[in-house]
Amino acid sequence: MAALSKSWATKSGLPLTAILFWAAAALLPLAGSIWEDPSFDYYMFMGQSMLIYAIAVLGLNLLIGFNGQISLGHSAFFAIGAYTAAILMNFGGWPYWSTLPMAGVICFGAGFLFGFPALKLEGHYLALATFTLAIAVPQLLKYKAIAGWTGGVGGLLLEKPDPPWDLPLSADQWLYYVCLVTAMVMFWIVYNLLRGRSGRAMMAIRDHAMAAGTMGIDTALYKTVTFGISAGITGVAGALSAITIAFVAPDSFTLQLAISFLVGLVVGGMASLPGCLIGGVFIVLVQNSAQSISDWMKVSFSLRYDVPAWAIYGVLLLLLMYLLPTGLAGGAASLRGALARLTASGATPREPAVSPNQQKEPSR
Amino acid sequence: MELFIQQIVAGLTSGAIYACVALGLVMIYVSTDHINFAQGEMAMFATYLAWALIDAGVPYWGAFGATVLIAFVGGLFIQRVLLKPLETAPVLSLVVCFIALLSIFNALAGTIWSYTIKQFPSPFPPKDIFGDGLVSVQQLGVVAVTLIMLGILTVFFRYTTLGLAMRAAAQNAASARLMGVRVSWMLALGWGLAASIGGIAGMLVAPIVFLDPNMMTGILVYGFAGALVGGIANPIGAVAGGFIVGVLENLVGSYVIGNELKLTFALIVVVGVLLLKPAGLFGQVIVRRV
Repeated sequence: MAALSKSWATKSGLPLTAILFWAAAALLPLAGSIWEDPSFDYYMFMGQSMLIYAIAVLGLNLLIGFNGQISLGHSAFFAIGAYTAAILMNFGGWPYWSTLPMAGVICFGAGFLFGFPALKLEGHYLALATFTLAIAVPQLLKYKAIAGWTGGVGGLLLEKPDPPWDLPLSADQWLYYVCLVTAMVMFWIVYNLLRGRSGRAMMAIRDHAMAAGTMGIDTALYKTVTFGISAGITGVAGALSAITIAFVAPDSFTLQLAISFLVGLVVGGMASLPGCLIGGVFIVLVQNSAQSISDWMKVSFSLRYDVPAWAIYGVLLLLLMYLLPTGLAGGAASLRGALARLTASGATPREPAVSPNQQKEPSR
Repeated sequence: MELFIQQIVAGLTSGAIYACVALGLVMIYVSTDHINFAQGEMAMFATYLAWALIDAGVPYWGAFGATVLIAFVGGLFIQRVLLKPLETAPVLSLVVCFIALLSIFNALAGTIWSYTIKQFPSPFPPKDIFGDGLVSVQQLGVVAVTLIMLGILTVFFRYTTLGLAMRAAAQNAASARLMGVRVSWMLALGWGLAASIGGIAGMLVAPIVFLDPNMMTGILVYGFAGALVGGIANPIGAVAGGFIVGVLENLVGSYVIGNELKLTFALIVVVGVLLLKPAGLFGQVIVRRV
């Protein structure tokens, strides 16, 4: 129990920072009403992308960080979500907001089904199967027999929704709020899921599947359901991306997308909810600054061609694996711990017999 | 009937390439117990090196030998410098590391040599063997090179001390260490060999699919499928699996689903084998003691 009370979810102080963060994120679009900046809508679009990537990374983190199953194929579920939204809006005439839960449900089903084979696979093999999935999906989406629904190679164009009830918001500001509310709901669901019995079961399976089984946890059920929930969350992110970009095409759901989710996860921090947000912000920032980084490298290393974004991703992945395996969130946490220890040892008199810190210090 | 035979021959040719890639994967799996996701990109990069050498005026076989050697040193280097610190790391860190290598090699090749498609010379004359358009020298050559490589590897692992030491290091590192085998270097050697094999596979495939930084992505997936079908811990099985997958792919492609879903077929093979017979056709079922 001592170990449990030290787990991240029950740490005091987290909810307050979370509330502050979400409140700040909700106030952000109002800045556009104060400073009239012509490119403000573009910033809003960046904000949408950050939130979408954060949701996708959240889905992946639930699977990898909290349940210990490796997936390199979450771009597939992102694609299924995006196409669900696009097809329902285009052919079914559904309003955009109603496609979000539907995308979640369909991706949950897809993930649950893919989770069945995943049950037998561990570690490298699961990574291998999902890797193959990520590579196969763009080709599958281009398949002629379903081109009537998917639009084939050209993809589908959608209509960008306008803000309802004559709200004094631009379309991008409104969509930012749609993304924000969806992200809040997703994070809230995962937060509650992880705090309860199911979350503890997931983490127990991650830490020692066999021991978890002997404790009475149905590992097969939990693993498939976690795979399903994870795919569902990522699918919702995919649907949001289809709505905000107003376009879906097979070649936006390549292995590279799956890798960028993985980058977001590793950069933000494994098994950390704030880490997902950091990861989402990070992915978009790198994508946006890839051109300037590339230009800088071209000049300083006199290269002939552009340096693509995933060179930067690759180098970052390697560096983080060596230097900061717990990601930025983990790094910040250990920094906070170190600071707390420093201030605590400075404040208390150096008499070991009376020091109350000794008992409280978790054994590492 | 002629179409059928033609499809089988074409399948055997692509199967030989898958077998090469599968051999590289098996090399790394046998010597380190890992599945290398960067195997395809490593092969692609080695092929670009060969192209650059030939472009600079080196004769084909000179460039071939040099590339095999450079790839070997490169593989050794990757294991020594990048992977050695992660020897005891969890699987996820390694997968992330391999994915990072994949991205870096792909981007590096694109940056140095650009993403435009290049022609790669073939060592085999563009002739038919029987003169009826059925089997070309190129196809026969690819199959022959693969089989020769398999023969060399089999002899190496069965009948040389070094090969035995490598197998020992992979199967039981602790005992091997006690017997005086330098386990860590054996792993590095495995990486070097795998990189060389990958380079050869790349140079064989490049005349057929043309050279570009993404040329190995689909082939790698088929290599995975081949290695899994044959049993990922067995070089002979991997080669057989590569051939099986190549022939199946061509037959299924031309008679059942068409060429557009070839990668989906690979996905089905991978998932199917992992589900139904995880040890592969020629593999041993490994029982772990807990």
